[in-house]
Amino acid sequence: MFATARSENRAVLLPYLTAGIPNPRDSVELFVAMSDAGADGFEVGIPYADPLMDGPIIMEAGEQALASGVTVDVALDIASQVASRTGKPVVMMTYVNPVLRMGVGTFFDKVNNAGACGVILADLPVDEAAPFLAEAVQRGMGLALFAAPTTDAARLEAVVAADPAFVYAIAEVGVTGEREKASANVEGLASRIRDRSDVPIVFGVGISTPDHAAKAAKVGDGVIVGTAIVRRVLEADTTRAATAELSKAVKELAAAVRRPST
Amino acid sequence: MKLNRPDQAGRFGAFGGSFAPETLMPALGGLESAFTDAWADDTFHAQLEHLLATFVGRPTPVYHAERMSRRLGIDLWLKREDLAHTGAHKINNTVAQGLLTKRMGKPRVIAETGAGQHGVATATACALLGLECAVYMGEKDIERQALNVYRMRLLGAEVIPVSTGAGTLKDAVSAALRDWVASVETTHYIIGSVVGPHPFPWMVREFQKVIGEELRTQLDGSPGHPAPQTIVAPVGGGSNAMGVFYPYAGDPDVDLVGVEAAGLGISSGKHGASLGHGSPGVLHGAMTYMLQDDFGQVLEAHSISAGLDYPGVGPEHSYFKDEELVRYESVTDDEAVEAFHLLCRLEGIIPALESSHALAWIIRESVALQDRTVVLNLSGRGDKDVQQIAAMYD
Ligand SMILES: Cc1ncc(COP(=O)(O)O)c(C=O)c1O
Repeated sequence: MFATARSENRAVLLPYLTAGIPNPRDSVELFVAMSDAGADGFEVGIPYADPLMDGPIIMEAGEQALASGVTVDVALDIASQVASRTGKPVVMMTYVNPVLRMGVGTFFDKVNNAGACGVILADLPVDEAAPFLAEAVQRGMGLALFAAPTTDAARLEAVVAADPAFVYAIAEVGVTGEREKASANVEGLASRIRDRSDVPIVFGVGISTPDHAAKAAKVGDGVIVGTAIVRRVLEADTTRAATAELSKAVKELAAAVRRPST
Repeated sequence: MKLNRPDQAGRFGAFGGSFAPETLMPALGGLESAFTDAWADDTFHAQLEHLLATFVGRPTPVYHAERMSRRLGIDLWLKREDLAHTGAHKINNTVAQGLLTKRMGKPRVIAETGAGQHGVATATACALLGLECAVYMGEKDIERQALNVYRMRLLGAEVIPVSTGAGTLKDAVSAALRDWVASVETTHYIIGSVVGPHPFPWMVREFQKVIGEELRTQLDGSPGHPAPQTIVAPVGGGSNAMGVFYPYAGDPDVDLVGVEAAGLGISSGKHGASLGHGSPGVLHGAMTYMLQDDFGQVLEAHSISAGLDYPGVGPEHSYFKDEELVRYESVTDDEAVEAFHLLCRLEGIIPALESSHALAWIIRESVALQDRTVVLNLSGRGDKDVQQIAAMYD
């Protein structure tokens, strides 16, 4: 996915959506609509009750999904339908504890069987990642590791040395949520990673508008847009309205991640 | 076997570690170096000891509870953390972390609070040291610990209500951690117990172990100062218990008993007994015993006592449990309230509901404890709980 995008002089667009909103039945349709609008792949959220990296919007989505019975298995079932109907890469995002509870190996098996290709765990720093990476690699799957604006050189070395599928580059110091201004961190962070490795860089956290996405796409291989997508679903009165909103937003974002030829 | 400090990865055996968002990891590393450095520095110790002696009121006394002893047929002593400034052991930790915050050059402090004691102790340390202070507190706790909310405001702290989840301590910790993810460059998080990612559990234990160290010299086995045979402490996050237990852990002559909240009864599912009835998982950055469902979702705890109403516990307690260095028991809301009244009437001491749990276990087990020298860690005073108790009888 990243290689193709690089050859096309663009970054990939990976919208995030919590599995099971607005309800478990309609969830897949939203992903399909985003695929049709030009998303390159998806980050599918498995809801967690105590998400330390998330702001109020994604927390609310998680609470709604949990209340309507979206367990890890239900979320993976939705992810598998997304993968088969769109034919695009799907990455699962959640927190460490549901994975530990299921068993790390079992979790990766199930993710693999669902046709998803990677995993992001928001509270898994490189220091604790070894047993998770081992299970991912054994199945030919990817685990993302993080780099934040606060990450120092020594930690960045460790992240790159662990050879993750991609580096999730945290664009803002803070939890997920929309920001007014484009991140001032993306260029610096990208070049600090690039100095050390050719690993794909995917920016997320705070990227809310096509303008933000364009700036991140200039220096990164991928862009994740979360809260701006989830908010549109929470605000919509009907699934149809949500679908229309997402199509429009994703179209604009997909155009934005294509770098202008100079 | 007890460990002087966790390993390089911040583990006490299988427990602890740092499961935190990457954004926080450099600050946690920085905190570990700052603490290690300060803890090896005589100047820091001198500053801290001076404040503990002149501001906090340490050493806190050990009191021989004679009427209670006669009633129960045991030799009961109270380690009087309720007499520490602000009314609980929490101040031992906040003054020390406040000094460390100054040393790190951070102008702002955040904290979480359940019973409000840690919030008050943090607000106090911040007023003392000239630091800006914001305290996250669950909405339910704001209601049941109104006195402490007002105290925090008097001390110049901002109290930020947390409405997520059940509006209790777990939610306040999560909200504080979310704030910290955004503010980490200018802010230190003074966590209120031996919980959280490394180095917090270790550092807070080091700051609280003064309780047990004092007790060792106060009840040293000399005439009139019998050495403890059983030490009992309440366990919420576990800081007062760790503080009094740690210097004794592994001592074959002393039984250590931590008392968790059984709430409405263990079988009701409404309790806070993470060690007694939980299972290992990751909560608030550490691997530890916790209350969770089959899917790894954190469960809400329940206790009449806001300070014990927490679905996790410090990782070193999890280690102590598995190493069998400490026994963990639990008592119900009702048992705690009964013990609360008994101490008021027999000794003229209004205990915190948290501490009342430990006393309730002693009362329940008094036959088995017959003639033993028992120390109750009276972790705090109960002024904050008077309103809540009064409301029960309205
Ligand atoms: C008086 C008192 N005792 C005990 C606790 C429980 O905390 P920990 O287990 O960390 O001592 C609290 C917490 O608020 C408290 O205020």
